[in-house]
Amino acid sequence: MEVNYSGDIMTLNMGPQHPSTHGVLRLELKTDGEIVADAIPHIGYLHRCFEKHVENVDYAGVVPFTDRMDYCAAMNMELGYVLAVEKLMGIEVNERTRYLRIIMAELGRIASHLIAAGTYGNDIGSFTPFLWCFRDREDILDFFEETCGARLLYNYNCIGGLTQDIKPGLEDKILKFLDRFEPEVDNLNRLLSDNFIFIKRTADVGILSPEKAISYGVTGPNLRGSGVRFDVRKDEPYLGYEEFDFDVQVGKGEHGRLGSCWDRYMVRIREVLESCKIVRQAIAKLSPGDVRENVPKRIKPPKGEVYMRTECPRGELGYYIVSDGSPKPYRLKVKSPCFTVMSAFRDMCKGTMIADVISILGSIDIVLGEIDR
Amino acid sequence: MESIAQLLQKIPKYDGLPEMLQALIPIIVSSIVIFALLALAVLFMVWLERKVSAHIQDRLGPMVVGGWHGWAQTIADALKLLLKEDIVPESVDRVLFKMAPFIVFLGAFAAFVVLPFGASSFVTDLNIGILYIVAVSSLSVIGIIMAGWASNNKYSLYGSMRAAAQVISYEIPAAVAIMTVVIYVGSLSMVEIVRAQEGGFLNWFLFRNPFLFLAFIVYFIASLAEVNRTPFDLPEAESELVAGYHTEYSGMRFAFFFLAEYANMFLVSSVAATLFLGGWTAPFSILQFIPGPVVFFVKALVLIFIQMWMRWSLPRLRVDQLMYINWKVLLPISFALILGAGWMAIL
Amino acid sequence: MLTYFRNIGQGILTIVNSMAVASRHLFKPSVTLQYPKEKWAMPERSRMRLHNKVEDCIGCGQCARTCPTDCILVKTEKRGKEEPPVFAADGTAKKLRTYVFDIDMALCCYCGLCTFACPTQCLVMTGDYEYSVYSIDEHIYHFAKEKPLIPAGSKEQSPSKG
Repeated sequence: MEVNYSGDIMTLNMGPQHPSTHGVLRLELKTDGEIVADAIPHIGYLHRCFEKHVENVDYAGVVPFTDRMDYCAAMNMELGYVLAVEKLMGIEVNERTRYLRIIMAELGRIASHLIAAGTYGNDIGSFTPFLWCFRDREDILDFFEETCGARLLYNYNCIGGLTQDIKPGLEDKILKFLDRFEPEVDNLNRLLSDNFIFIKRTADVGILSPEKAISYGVTGPNLRGSGVRFDVRKDEPYLGYEEFDFDVQVGKGEHGRLGSCWDRYMVRIREVLESCKIVRQAIAKLSPGDVRENVPKRIKPPKGEVYMRTECPRGELGYYIVSDGSPKPYRLKVKSPCFTVMSAFRDMCKGTMIADVISILGSIDIVLGEIDR
Repeated sequence: MESIAQLLQKIPKYDGLPEMLQALIPIIVSSIVIFALLALAVLFMVWLERKVSAHIQDRLGPMVVGGWHGWAQTIADALKLLLKEDIVPESVDRVLFKMAPFIVFLGAFAAFVVLPFGASSFVTDLNIGILYIVAVSSLSVIGIIMAGWASNNKYSLYGSMRAAAQVISYEIPAAVAIMTVVIYVGSLSMVEIVRAQEGGFLNWFLFRNPFLFLAFIVYFIASLAEVNRTPFDLPEAESELVAGYHTEYSGMRFAFFFLAEYANMFLVSSVAATLFLGGWTAPFSILQFIPGPVVFFVKALVLIFIQMWMRWSLPRLRVDQLMYINWKVLLPISFALILGAGWMAIL
Repeated sequence: MLTYFRNIGQGILTIVNSMAVASRHLFKPSVTLQYPKEKWAMPERSRMRLHNKVEDCIGCGQCARTCPTDCILVKTEKRGKEEPPVFAADGTAKKLRTYVFDIDMALCCYCGLCTFACPTQCLVMTGDYEYSVYSIDEHIYHFAKEKPLIPAGSKEQSPSKG
């Protein structure tokens, strides 16, 4: 959109306490009437010194802290860390553990994408999808609670396996839930995704072209929404994701240009169904076994460094761990997917309207706990 | 007012009062009656809104206060709001800030004077009734702008500017849609409009001819925008502008904004019920034993329910799309409708 | 011009579609639980309030060492040789007398790592989730029952981290 910014510029501080900045993000909007000339994000309101703090905690004790980074997808957060430490120590987990981890990670992805879709509907002004999504997410949290005792911050993965095996009968419950849940996605599509107002509000808004997405280092559903077929689960499989049959969903630009908010949103909705497929396959492959490898109680990885990347619901999550041979990590660096997409946010916002800023912010689905750490 | 005046006549020694009081007392009494009716209706509507939204979202809504399905919840809420501290932020324009909620409410309240609830239950039958409603109900936009400007808050200012642009522009298609009915009745009086629709639902203007049916839809959409309901709730878009023009308000003043919002909802629904759904007239001749006001309220409530239903299933439009719908869709359609309806009336 | 009418048609159609989907939920049973009246059956693995069955606690302090937030304070002293030996339920000898076993539930992050570390399984997370208090001090739970024999100069077993 060509806009002539000739009027007086007014600064509008959106956040850190604003209903739809998804946490404590502050946006410094330079507005000319309803048109936004510039949107400068200010982060750091939720900084908890995660990376410094874990240097004083032993390896097993880091897991609860990783949960608290992205509290919407805690299962995937701790999985990445655990895999990184296992890679550093050269631990191979058995089949049952691997499949259980995949089931839990994919259920976590569904839960996280449901939050993303629901809050996006709320951002656009439709409150009902939000609660429908939360209703279905609640069932997933029930499975998690039954398995590990917590609903949000699981601490389920541990170095060398899982803290406890699932309860017998949980597989059937999950399958039953999936049978019920998949038609609900269709309902959500009819209510929100295919709604003309919703399409008009999100399609052709906040375009992130594939070239720009790659150059900003955007990952995950945001990158795939721009039409780039990249998924760590497919391109650099971990946990044996290569054995599973699923598609990498990319934005197709059905409504308007490619890489719009609608594409990013729709990629998430389609990924939910792909995750259902993976969960079904993983449950079918589940074999009896022990879920804990024999690892020493006091974990002391050898000297060295490791980088492990996994596909968390918000994109590529990387853990870089430097070990000096002591029981505490010497340095732990997190490559956060939300942080990288936040850098592209300013570019997407220029020349849009105030309502579009909210729409774009919702579509990139950030969690401030992970950006600020 | 005639009925109220007649009732008052029965008070002993009423005739002995000075003439000025005799003229004033019916006005005061009828405004109190209307205010009480309105407050009751709003309390019920807020409860209904919460129930409708809850059930659409697979929730239950208020369930505790009052026993049966939390029927007393809104009464408790209203009491709470009235008892709250009256906060006036430091940097506001105090006079305008304090006045704004009442002006907003006045716009909605004054219009009820000419609404015919039943064959004889109305305050007054102005011969320019519908014109008066259109004129008076846009008074509230002045209050909204006052609130937005006086709050000294950027979000409030955005909200009020959006509201002004929206309410004023959507008044045009709404008024044109009303005109189609006026063509058929030949009078602006609300009572006359209802009288023209007597005798079963087939005589309602809604089912008279397709042009009037479409005019009803145009009026309904435009009235949604006039009362800032979803999908046109941009002035108070909570995900963009926090709470729009009433961001800085709390306590009783906020309650008045709330009251005005729902009173406006009730007003446009009543106007639509009067113009297109036959007002107090029963849809079937067997149902004629039901008192007129009850029929009227049921019709208004059905429209209010549709408004709520829409609110909880639709997303919100953007400012430019809002203007697009008004100027490029509703306005041309309403002009075409007035031509068509006029043509049908001549036939 | 054609897109103009198509847009209007599509708009009306999808809006009606959305409203139809929403209306179907009007008469569906809701999923709400009327909380104080009805309560959720907590799964047995629920990780809520910590509880220490102090009779079985051998005072090893592993829970305090493994806790990421240092919310457990354990102070022990050696039992005298002349004292009668005490055993935990699983037969482990209680060589130490635990005279302080405090858990600050306000600091606890509910990760459950301490319960995995506990050798006698006496430290457990219970399903009790209703324990809000008016003062945050009341969140410190004192589990120890025994009194120290030598109050002054007893060796502190609690590890101090960081």
